[in-house]
Amino acid sequence: MSAGKSPVGADIVDLAELLAHAYAIEVEAAERYRVLGDQMEVHNNPELAGLFRELAGHEEKHAAEIKARALKTGMAELKPSEFKWPGTEGPELAALDDAHYQMTPWHALQMALAAETRAFEFFNSIVESTAELDIRKWAGEFREEEAEHVALVEGLLEKYPEPEAGWSEDDDPPNMQE
Amino acid sequence: MNISNPAKASDFKSDLKPVWCPGCGDYHVLLSMTKALAELECRPEEVAVISGIGCSSRIPAYLNCYGFHGVHGRSLPLGTGLKVARPDMTVIVAGGDGDGFSIGGNHFLHACRRNIDLTYIVMDNRVYGMTKGQPSPTTEPDWDSALSPGGTGLSPFHPLVIALASGANFVARAFSGDIKGTSNMIVEAVRHPGFSFVEILSPCVTFRPEQREWKSAIHPPTVEPTDDPARAARRIMTDDGFNVGILYRGTRRPYRIGDGVASREVGDLDTAFAI
Ligand SMILES: Cc1ncc(C[n+]2csc(CCOP(=O)(O)OP(=O)(O)O)c2C)c(N)n1
Ligand code: SF4
Repeated sequence: MSAGKSPVGADIVDLAELLAHAYAIEVEAAERYRVLGDQMEVHNNPELAGLFRELAGHEEKHAAEIKARALKTGMAELKPSEFKWPGTEGPELAALDDAHYQMTPWHALQMALAAETRAFEFFNSIVESTAELDIRKWAGEFREEEAEHVALVEGLLEKYPEPEAGWSEDDDPPNMQE
Repeated sequence: MNISNPAKASDFKSDLKPVWCPGCGDYHVLLSMTKALAELECRPEEVAVISGIGCSSRIPAYLNCYGFHGVHGRSLPLGTGLKVARPDMTVIVAGGDGDGFSIGGNHFLHACRRNIDLTYIVMDNRVYGMTKGQPSPTTEPDWDSALSPGGTGLSPFHPLVIALASGANFVARAFSGDIKGTSNMIVEAVRHPGFSFVEILSPCVTFRPEQREWKSAIHPPTVEPTDDPARAARRIMTDDGFNVGILYRGTRRPYRIGDGVASREVGDLDTAFAI
C-alpha cells in the first residue's frame, strides 16, 4: 500500500512546484467538501450539506489566492503521480470513508480538523527539511495559514458538542435487508 | 465542458451527483479512476467505461467519457465487442462481484481466456448492495444476516485464482481506500497488453458495516509481481485475502482481430453464407 508518512520538504525543488502543491491542496479539498455536501443533499441531511459547502467555499477562496500568488512565480503542471504527498492523497482531504448519512456538524468538523492539521504538518515538514530559503519562507506562510484554519475549526467545534452514543441509529433506515 | 490539455482528473468527472451511500468504497474507486485516466494522458473521447447492473455498475454515469450501463452480468461481452470493433479505444469494464462472478461468471472465464486488451475492474464488497444485501459468490460462508441466517455455508469464489487459471494476463488486488495505490494499479492494468483484472476491495458500509475495518486489515505485497503463473497461484492461494498489489504480469499475446478469423468484412460474410 502506498500509505505512510515521509518528509517531503527536501523533494520540493522550486517555488513553482511548491505553488502547485499548495494550489492542489485547496482545490482538491474544495472538491472533496462539495462531494460530501452532495452526498448529504442526496441523503436528506440539509444542515450538513450546507456546512460542507461552506467549507468548500473557504477552500475555493484560498485556492484563488494561491493562484494569484502564482502569477509571479509560475505554477508547475503536475500529473497525479508527480505530487509528493506523504500519504495516499493530498493532506487536506476530508476522509470520505468517515462519512455517514446521519452524521452531525460535530463529525464534519472533526473531519475538517483532521484535514487542516494534516495540511499544517505537510507545510511544516517542508519548512523543517528544505534547504531553499524562499521555499522555506513561502511554506512557512502557508503553514501559518493552515494554523489559522485549525484554530477556526476548533472555534466552530466549541458550538457543537459531541453527539451522544447511538447517533447513527435509525428506526427507519433508507436501506435495510427485507 | 472545457477539457484541459492534458486532461486533469477532474475533467473525467461528470456533473451527476452519485447516489451511493456516504462512506461507500465506490466513491474512492471513482476518484482513483479519474486520477488513473489523467495519469494515462487519455482524452475523454478515447475512453469507454462499460458496466452491468449494481451500485458499483453506476460508475460510467459519474465519469465524463463514453459509457454504457449494460445488462446485469453482460458488461464483459459488451466491452469485448467494443474493443474488437474499436481497438484504438481504451476500454475499461467495471462492476460488482455479483454482476461479474454470479450472473456474469461464465463471461468472466471466457474474457480471461480470450485475452482481449481491456481492463476489468470489480468492486468487490462480498454482497449484492443494490438489491439490499443478499450474499454474493465472494461472501464468507459464515456471514450471518437476516437474508442468510447462520451463513450460506458455501465455499467462496476466488476471483484472482479463477482469473489466473482462465488466462488473464494481469492480475491484481487493490483496496478502494488506498486511492494512490489503486489508481497506480489501474494505470498499470490499462498499460499491460491483454486482459487485465483488478479486484478492488470496496466496502459496502450499509449491508456490511464491518467492512469499514478493512482499512486496518490491508497490507502491502511482500513479493514482486511474477510472470510465472504457478508462483502467482501459490501466492494467491496462501494469502489472507487482504494482500494488495500486482500479483501477476503475464506475457501471453493479446487477441488481435484476424486471429483465427477467415473473413473480416460484412461483405465477406454475405459471400460465405450465400447459398
Ligand atoms: C437479469 C437480472 N437479474 C437480477 C437483477 C437484480 N440485481 C440487480 S443488481 C444485482 C446484484 C448486484 O450486486 P453486485 O454486482 O455485487 O453490485 P453492488 O450493488 O454490490 O455494487 C442483482 C441481483 C437484475 N437487475 N437483472
Ligand atoms: S448499498 Fe452498499 S454498495 Fe450500494 S451504495 Fe450503499 S454502501 Fe455502496
